[in-house]
Amino acid sequence: MNPLRRTLIAALAFAIARPLAALAAWNKEAFSAKTPGDALKGLGIGNATPSKDLQIEAPEIAENGAVVPIEIASAIAGTSALIVMIEKNPFPLTARFDFKEGALPFVKLNVKMGETSDVRVLAEAGGKYFTATKEIKVTIGGCGG
Amino acid sequence: MAAGPMKMRASLGAGFTDVRVLMTHPMETGLRKDADGKIVPQHFIQNLTVKMNGKTVIDAQISQAVSRNPVFSFRLKGGAKGDKIEVSWLDNHGESAAIEAAVA
Amino acid sequence: MRLIAFAAALFASCAASAQDVGKEIQRYRPMVAAGSPAELFELPGEELWKKPQGPKNVSLERCDLGEGPGVLKGAYAHLPRYFKDADRVMDLESRLLYCMSTLQGRSRDEATARVFGSAERPSEFELLSIYIAGESRGVRIEPGMSQPKEKATYELGRALYFHRVGAWDFSCASCHGDEGKRIRMQELPVLYKPQYARPVIASWPAYRVSTSQVITLQWRMNDCYRQMRTPEPTFGSETTVALIHFLTVTARGEPYHGPGNKR
Repeated sequence: MNPLRRTLIAALAFAIARPLAALAAWNKEAFSAKTPGDALKGLGIGNATPSKDLQIEAPEIAENGAVVPIEIASAIAGTSALIVMIEKNPFPLTARFDFKEGALPFVKLNVKMGETSDVRVLAEAGGKYFTATKEIKVTIGGCGG
Repeated sequence: MAAGPMKMRASLGAGFTDVRVLMTHPMETGLRKDADGKIVPQHFIQNLTVKMNGKTVIDAQISQAVSRNPVFSFRLKGGAKGDKIEVSWLDNHGESAAIEAAVA
Repeated sequence: MRLIAFAAALFASCAASAQDVGKEIQRYRPMVAAGSPAELFELPGEELWKKPQGPKNVSLERCDLGEGPGVLKGAYAHLPRYFKDADRVMDLESRLLYCMSTLQGRSRDEATARVFGSAERPSEFELLSIYIAGESRGVRIEPGMSQPKEKATYELGRALYFHRVGAWDFSCASCHGDEGKRIRMQELPVLYKPQYARPVIASWPAYRVSTSQVITLQWRMNDCYRQMRTPEPTFGSETTVALIHFLTVTARGEPYHGPGNKR
């Protein structure tokens, strides 16, 4: 490895003891919901106001539904969480990021999309919810590459 | 199954610290069939934690719809060279792994 | 099934705006490439490079990839090239095989028992390729073109590119010969033209997102011939090295991007 590279790469991945499992919560009800409406119920979200300050950066067409890059940034003051839903996926709720003091409401991730679908993002700020949507088309690829 | 390689780089941006982390994980949805036609059981990361100098700054819950061998980018407020960033994950089998790096 | 039906409809409806589709896919690629999972394989690749193996129980660390024994920085970007000790032009993978044989004492049969791996377990060549290629990030692609055998290999590669073979009478140029062609949604780059070869060659080896596998140029040559309905070429053969050399020379001058993503 070139030590002059600007990035620092930690050489080890270390295992953590099992007790961590008890501490981490995972909203099974919301993640198992089969419709966006049920997922929102599981998250305890009622109304969400559309907001232009919630930006979704993603390709209009994904060459492969297995890896669809999505970048989300919220300019809404006090954003404490970002939620990602892929409406037509078998289980629409894909991720929830809770930002504590010290983190910016920004995330980039790769998601799987089973078919062309709206990607809906929600932001939680000051107890209220805001939303933005973007349609991403999914193609099947050909050969090559 | 031993956790595969993780990789992270944390670098200073304009007023924030850019953290990019890559992890090895099959992220099996439980909907895929193997070569024998048997369903491959669900096996995916459910929780992700990002810490800066020992303090949790991001808590994430993710689903099997996140791509295999996930890659995430986060931004942390401020930050300085040498600050310690740690990212850890926990999956639905109770397996976990973590990586630590200093901001460059 | 729904996905296929949709894709067919998309293809039909997008026939008029094929250019827009192409542009959007061009946007998709860098977005996925930033932080390619390919990087995950650099660490295991490095471990393999340093691992003593074979009857001689020696690592590959003294392997000369053209810049001197054990020198990795920039080595990938300067391949293929002529090697005096083997008296032939070699690409990265054929050179690694040579070192496995001469340094480690491994037989060809054993070393090539599994040249192409799987998503769960990349092959040795795939892991080593990702690691070694990573050490050429940013280095200008400059394969050897001064030595007579290097020139001859280039000419052979060029001839092979246009040579029609197999049950379907295909050459590389059958798919990669004319502008504006595609298979389903994949644009087919005209690889004998530098402006198309450069971005393509500058991102191999790569992580294939559709199968989560590491893929290399030896794999690509093999798979292209398979798709052309010809017998699979021998790993590291003169044919494969000549084609890789031709493509790399056509791409020369491009700074090597580092292992990237392919669909």
